[in-house]
Amino acid sequence: MVQSLDRLKESPSQTAGPYVHIGCTPNFSGIEGVFPQDLGTSMLNDGAKGERIRIVGRVFDGVGTALKDAMVEVWQADANGLYPSPQETRGTADPNFTGFGRSAGDMATGEFVFETIKPGNVPFKDGRPQAPHVTLWIVARGINIGLHTRLYFGDEEAANAADPILSRIEHRSRVATLIAPKTMEGEIATYRHDIFLQGEKETIFFDV
Amino acid sequence: MSGGSFYQRDRQWHPRAYDPAYKTSVTRSPQKALIALDNTLSEMTGPVFGHDTLGPLDDDMILNFAKDGEPIGQRIIVHGRVLDEDARPVPGALIEVWQANAGGRYRHKKETYLAPLDPNFGGCGRTISGPDGSYRFRTIKPGPYPWPNGPNDWRPAHIHFSIFGQGFAQRLITQMYFEGDPLIWLCPIVATIPDKAAIERLIAPLDMANTVPMDARAYKFDIVLRGRRSTLFENRMEGN
Repeated sequence: MVQSLDRLKESPSQTAGPYVHIGCTPNFSGIEGVFPQDLGTSMLNDGAKGERIRIVGRVFDGVGTALKDAMVEVWQADANGLYPSPQETRGTADPNFTGFGRSAGDMATGEFVFETIKPGNVPFKDGRPQAPHVTLWIVARGINIGLHTRLYFGDEEAANAADPILSRIEHRSRVATLIAPKTMEGEIATYRHDIFLQGEKETIFFDV
Repeated sequence: MSGGSFYQRDRQWHPRAYDPAYKTSVTRSPQKALIALDNTLSEMTGPVFGHDTLGPLDDDMILNFAKDGEPIGQRIIVHGRVLDEDARPVPGALIEVWQANAGGRYRHKKETYLAPLDPNFGGCGRTISGPDGSYRFRTIKPGPYPWPNGPNDWRPAHIHFSIFGQGFAQRLITQMYFEGDPLIWLCPIVATIPDKAAIERLIAPLDMANTVPMDARAYKFDIVLRGRRSTLFENRMEGN
């Protein structure tokens, strides 16, 4: 026998199940009085720097039905491209912005909404800028391990074309599944981003 | 110490996305291959929550929804450590838990199981791991419950866990099962994990040494998150 590497194995994932909202957004699911506010409900306060935007979408299964029991989390940099994380070594992120959002989706339609700001550029490992993006993580009944994907912005064509991750995706026709078109809804720039778990329009998911 | 990228996930160890015996996974599993994404800052960073996030009863599900008494059921303490794959403690990890009551009934609008709600049990809790990665919470042992998968499928008693490490790439949701439960080996959700040794990592042993005599039994559940590389070989010679 060769020597052992003495490394532990990661705890295996299991589905979040249909009642993920009990634990992660209890107020939303009607369990009130335990936590004052659901985690990730608000990503910013009035002092946050940057352009206010809205991200809206739904998650669809392989037969085109919108999931009504998914939980979507987002993680993104602030307007200057800094992450509000202790692992951020390049500077101090905007204290009025959390970078983290969590949405259970509307109970009737499954639509998730994030009121946030447009993120700045974050460098790739080699220092090249990545196009502005938001990281998404999706869990639900029937999803055995959380799905990582990204949202890029439809009005950042030049940056998207130069993005080190988008530009090396072999199947070019799939790149569009990561890009959210911009629409103005009232005064606020809104990015509509539907996620397709399976089938012809399947969203790109990453092994991070 | 801030680290480099995370060790890649062993996706043969984790459950398969598509497993027809767990019926809902059939239409909710991607059919195309995942695209490998070397960790960037977007995956190596993640939200970290401070103790000011927590209320005094957040880790005590026996008391945090109590109205006119305490919940019915087996009083237990669940404790353990959050470690990374190099067996280093992960301090500051937010752990959120949720579960059914002693009769297997969830407090959720869409739940229709005929077992009654417990007026003194909500079923959600959270805590943050300490400097040595340790955590604990107090609850009632959940009951098994039937679910519409096969015509007669029952979930083993379980507690759902959601864990934030230090990077978004470590994000994990899993389930804890109880030592000796015969339903574990019949459950299609458990069986989405292909390796028996991996399943056993999710089974918490009874821990008599941590029981409170005449009060509560204890179960130990350690959680392992992804480890991370030294930065030494990533063009950053300052290393770790």
